[in-house]
Amino acid sequence: MKRRILLAVGIFATVALSLLPFLWFVLTSFKSQTEIEAAPPAWWPSGSLDFYRSALFDHHLFDYVLNSVVVAGSTTLLALLLAIPAAYALARLTIPGKQGILAVLLCVSMFPQMAIAGPVWRLLDALGGLNHRWGVVLPYVALTLPLAIWLLASFFKELPPELEDAARVDGCGPWGTLFRITLPLATPGIFTAAILILIYAWNEFFFALLILTQPEQQTLPVGIALFQGEFTMPWGELAAASVVATLPLIGVVLLCQRWIVSGLSAGAVKG
Amino acid sequence: MMRAHAVLRRREGLAAWLMVAPALLVTVVFALYPVADSLWLSLHHIFVGIPQLGSPFVGLENYQALLHDPVAHQAFVVTLGFVVLSTLLELACGLIIALVIHERFRGRGLVRGAILIPWAIPTVVASQLWRYIFNDQYGFANLLLFGDRVTDYIPWLAYPSVALAVVVLADVWKTSSFAGLMILAGLQVIPGDLYDAARVDGATVWQRFWHITLPLLKPALLLALLFRTMDAFRVFDLVFVMTQGGPGDATQVLQFYGYQTLFTEGRIGYGSAISVAVFLMILALSLTYLRAIGSNLLERRGS
Repeated sequence: MKRRILLAVGIFATVALSLLPFLWFVLTSFKSQTEIEAAPPAWWPSGSLDFYRSALFDHHLFDYVLNSVVVAGSTTLLALLLAIPAAYALARLTIPGKQGILAVLLCVSMFPQMAIAGPVWRLLDALGGLNHRWGVVLPYVALTLPLAIWLLASFFKELPPELEDAARVDGCGPWGTLFRITLPLATPGIFTAAILILIYAWNEFFFALLILTQPEQQTLPVGIALFQGEFTMPWGELAAASVVATLPLIGVVLLCQRWIVSGLSAGAVKG
Repeated sequence: MMRAHAVLRRREGLAAWLMVAPALLVTVVFALYPVADSLWLSLHHIFVGIPQLGSPFVGLENYQALLHDPVAHQAFVVTLGFVVLSTLLELACGLIIALVIHERFRGRGLVRGAILIPWAIPTVVASQLWRYIFNDQYGFANLLLFGDRVTDYIPWLAYPSVALAVVVLADVWKTSSFAGLMILAGLQVIPGDLYDAARVDGATVWQRFWHITLPLLKPALLLALLFRTMDAFRVFDLVFVMTQGGPGDATQVLQFYGYQTLFTEGRIGYGSAISVAVFLMILALSLTYLRAIGSNLLERRGS
């Protein structure tokens, strides 16, 4: 009995503390300017949509959303495209220097962004990628590859090798085996990797700040970080933009919670 | 027969390399080469906007300057404080979260999803959110504490030590669930019969927690500590949005100082030296942790 009460308190407290702070932004986004600026500020909103309208039309919110969708989408596709064969080869085939490659990837995943920021900027400057969406996609792919490859390789290793061996005996080459046998079996693992890459690319701020300087190219995090009004901080529009930026993530998390939990804890168990 | 086998093997080796090569190429160009370039740049004096000075090679001069730079010292101390405070709190909160979501109850999936929301929220959004909550006029913190006594409202982020505490709080809110998931993975591999045996012997809930759960959770806790420490060391978004390093230099962290030096002031050589120093610190830290985790795993195997 005592245990059940303790559990109930625990559930209530963790859920409330997780959700309530953001609820203040949700409430704010539906307020009017006078309700925000009242002293004291109003608790409950009157349900106005003005801030959403103004964020969309006066604060480039539409551009930010579009850019974030393009950047996060292409990062995910490109990173998976590169990570799947690499992970398969590292998990199943004989490559000289396998341990070295895995160690280098692990090392890259620990890099502080600052350690590569200046040179990446110079590189993109030389390639003409500054202020282009593809200019952030390239470093994003490089920085998500280690996680994706580790995750997928450990997933591939857990698949039963018999099917692949049978395909091999029947004359299927490594590429054919990967695409016809392994890939269909590995969809849950690929899905997990895709979600984690997508969330990373949707949320990344540092490189986007350096590389994208025009609102027409900027992603949601940059737009929200640099949000400014003419005279005062436009908290209402900012709250509306934040809700728009976060809503898809809340959907993903609630729907894909199981895959995220397994993906994030995969590293911990094998550690 | 043997020849055919060898040919097949060689063909497989080639395919394996082709599979790895594109990923490796991107990693080399956008991660490994940049680190090497940072190292190279840090040995020069380069100022953006003063090209007539050229880029003279100065050896370790930038690193010597770094050792005597009071702002860098301050940023180091603040970063260290932030790392220690936030990771310890996150581990504690993560442990509670893990214990809760490890239990079986109805709607557990939904609860897990709800707890993951702060982790999924963009850090920039979380930063603006907490900045707004602690706003001096419109913030929820003041409204909750003082209601309509608006003259008592506190400008939280204007006080140096409070500002750092608010940044830590925002980080703890955002990433405790991640620590929780790592610890959950550790909880899931503790065999249940250990608890049954302890129960038969009359151990209380607390005794079971202290003598079974916590010791067996040590590897998972260390791993969560490793991940969180390295991530906390790289803190940037929170400081950029919430305080810009202020008030004074109260929340000046290494990554933000490096960013300012490199991109605001255009001191490429010195900024690169800061980046490399941060990189080396993280490398040293992770090697220390990995050694601790490694020996821990060996211990477990041995027993």
